[in-house]
Amino acid sequence: MTSNSPVGQDFWDELRRTTQARIGLGRTGTALPTRRVLELAGAHAAARDAVHIPLDVERLAAQVREIGIGEPVLATSRASSRDEYLRRPDLGRQPAPGTDIPESGADIGLVLADGLSPTALDRHGAALLAELVSWLRDRYTLAPPIIATQARVGLGDHLGAAARVRTLLVIIGERPGLSVSDSLGIYLTHLPRPGRTDADRNCISNIHPPDGLGYARAAQVAAGLVEGARALGRSGVDLKDRSRTEALGPPSGSEPGIQPGHSPRRR
Amino acid sequence: MIHRQQVSGVTYAFDGLVEVMAKATPLRSGDQLAGCAAESDGERAAAGWVLADLPLEVFLNEEIVPYDTDEVTRLIIDGHDRSAFSAISHLTVGGLRDWLMEMAAHDHGAEHLAAVAPGLTPEMVAAVSKIMRNQDLIAVSAAVQVTTAFRTTIGTHGTLATRLQPNHPTDDPRGIAAAVLDGLLLGCGDAVIGINPATDSPQATADLLHLLDAIRTRYDIPAQSCVLSHITTTLGLVEAGAPVDLVFQSIAGTEGANAAFGVNLQLLREGNEAVRSLGRGTVGDNVMYLETGQGSALSSGTHLGVGGAPVDQQTLETRAYAVARDLRPLLVNTVVGFIGPEYLYDGKQIIRAGLEDHFCGKLLGLPMGVDVCYTNHAEADQNDMDSLLTLLAAARVPFVIAVPGADDVMLGYQSLSFHDVLTTRRTLGLRPAPEFDAWLRRVGIVDDAGRLTPFDPTTSPLRSLASAVAP
Repeated sequence: MTSNSPVGQDFWDELRRTTQARIGLGRTGTALPTRRVLELAGAHAAARDAVHIPLDVERLAAQVREIGIGEPVLATSRASSRDEYLRRPDLGRQPAPGTDIPESGADIGLVLADGLSPTALDRHGAALLAELVSWLRDRYTLAPPIIATQARVGLGDHLGAAARVRTLLVIIGERPGLSVSDSLGIYLTHLPRPGRTDADRNCISNIHPPDGLGYARAAQVAAGLVEGARALGRSGVDLKDRSRTEALGPPSGSEPGIQPGHSPRRR
Repeated sequence: MIHRQQVSGVTYAFDGLVEVMAKATPLRSGDQLAGCAAESDGERAAAGWVLADLPLEVFLNEEIVPYDTDEVTRLIIDGHDRSAFSAISHLTVGGLRDWLMEMAAHDHGAEHLAAVAPGLTPEMVAAVSKIMRNQDLIAVSAAVQVTTAFRTTIGTHGTLATRLQPNHPTDDPRGIAAAVLDGLLLGCGDAVIGINPATDSPQATADLLHLLDAIRTRYDIPAQSCVLSHITTTLGLVEAGAPVDLVFQSIAGTEGANAAFGVNLQLLREGNEAVRSLGRGTVGDNVMYLETGQGSALSSGTHLGVGGAPVDQQTLETRAYAVARDLRPLLVNTVVGFIGPEYLYDGKQIIRAGLEDHFCGKLLGLPMGVDVCYTNHAEADQNDMDSLLTLLAAARVPFVIAVPGADDVMLGYQSLSFHDVLTTRRTLGLRPAPEFDAWLRRVGIVDDAGRLTPFDPTTSPLRSLASAVAP
């Protein structure tokens, strides 16, 4: 028998407004109904494709060129394949031998990194970069943007140090979930250099309009963090996002997108 | 000490116990990342031969992680029960495997296995698991009997319990209550109703504890609840009078890795005593819920042993069970596929590690459950989870974790669905924990044969479980 009868549907539809969790799926015998099995498999396939389909670097470079802050510089990590990238996070944090990043001495460096979702960078990277540039270009000098592949956040420390930028923003594809596979994060590191840790960074995550954080809002928060980091002389745990003005915000953790670390973790 | 072994005409040399253990371990990405994995299948096979010939006494005399600098090692060595060990002290690692397989086929195997458990060290157990095939791990695990209790009894013969994990990305009480209802209607929640909070704030944690306690008392559900915040947060809430059933903490197998989790043995014992003294259990007083997982020490750079050599992740994982054993927990589970492909790359490695962790934990006397799970960047899918769940249920795993539709929308990974557990219970003739099973029958969710009824939540008092929650 199945209990996913129309009778219960209103009941579950109402509850589904409170959570994205896959509740009230019904059953056939003890199992998930066919439709639900196919939905889950489809969502997983999209997440896997987001991880594995490589970034179209040429296409992104063309879009980035249009933004007008210089010819994009291409870089890659020591991980030579997706397989190696997934197995060896340490290699994804180091530049490939022979990586040549021009020194700029600019206030801000911008890195577009594929991370765990090249799809996210493909969909949102250029638009987010354009928004960031519009928030930052009047106040700071910007280094030519870098497009980095097989890249982890820590690769930015090497690239930013080589470019001699003061503050580095790494825009990176976040680990795909089943409901969202195209989410970007921005990691800010002041005075980037090899050896920086997550405690030295600030993160704006869950950027994927229209459902997640929008480009303008993310760029606004990033600009506020840049200003704060420059004033404080460092980034990381001591630097707080003060772009929100609400006297009494929502309970901590319920603001999508602005987090001290990266992905949710167990304690 | 250099150990040498020939395989197919090639001689392999291993420098000390740490290297033998690491190189005898079935292939996994975390050991490759740490730089301690065997370089070839031949080297791995040779290390297996060397390991099988080592007397168990070696593990009492030769260190893997130094005694002087690691409190987990001191706990293991100082707490070793010589008299329990005497029954097997003459054996080698290979001899122990033979003895275990004999016990698995013995009418009174469970009693013999329980009797030697205090005489086994984690390193002995890890060592023997490395030379056991999956079938061996299942057969011996199935012969071990471990039961614990709070408001339900976990590990009774013929049961498969579940942690109902109703996580929500923003800890929304209505969303969490909706997921709790979904799980209860599908017969889950008998091990614990346990939330990973999106934030570690004491207020948010207290709100969730009150939410779960209100649901439990209102519907008279024989179950325990837990909000998986850091132990220090939970202890603060005990002081403040929040309804804390269980105290949760992630633990690992080195002092350094535990420090990275913000805990030490003293703090864990204090937490255990503080919550036990509340006396909230009805059928037992086991109050700790612990999580572990291969790779946690490496991920915090605290995986080095004697001489600074990397220790393999499975040996370190098993050492975490010494920490757990000291605390008489209600529940322990490995989060086997959660930590990522850099530690367990694919379905094959996750399945193997899940069976190892379950075997090692149980043999050491723990109520060892498993979060049968994977992340989207691992080479794994629900088919691998089906396989692991079925194998674990055959191995008589006390409990597994289940979430709505297998999709954890807060932690961003896939575990088991409630349906997966139902199907496996049905296939293998397993029931929920007895107290919870009786409640399911009383409410009418299952019939006396344990089959789900055409229960309609909209005409039952449970209808208001989710809607009655104060926003």
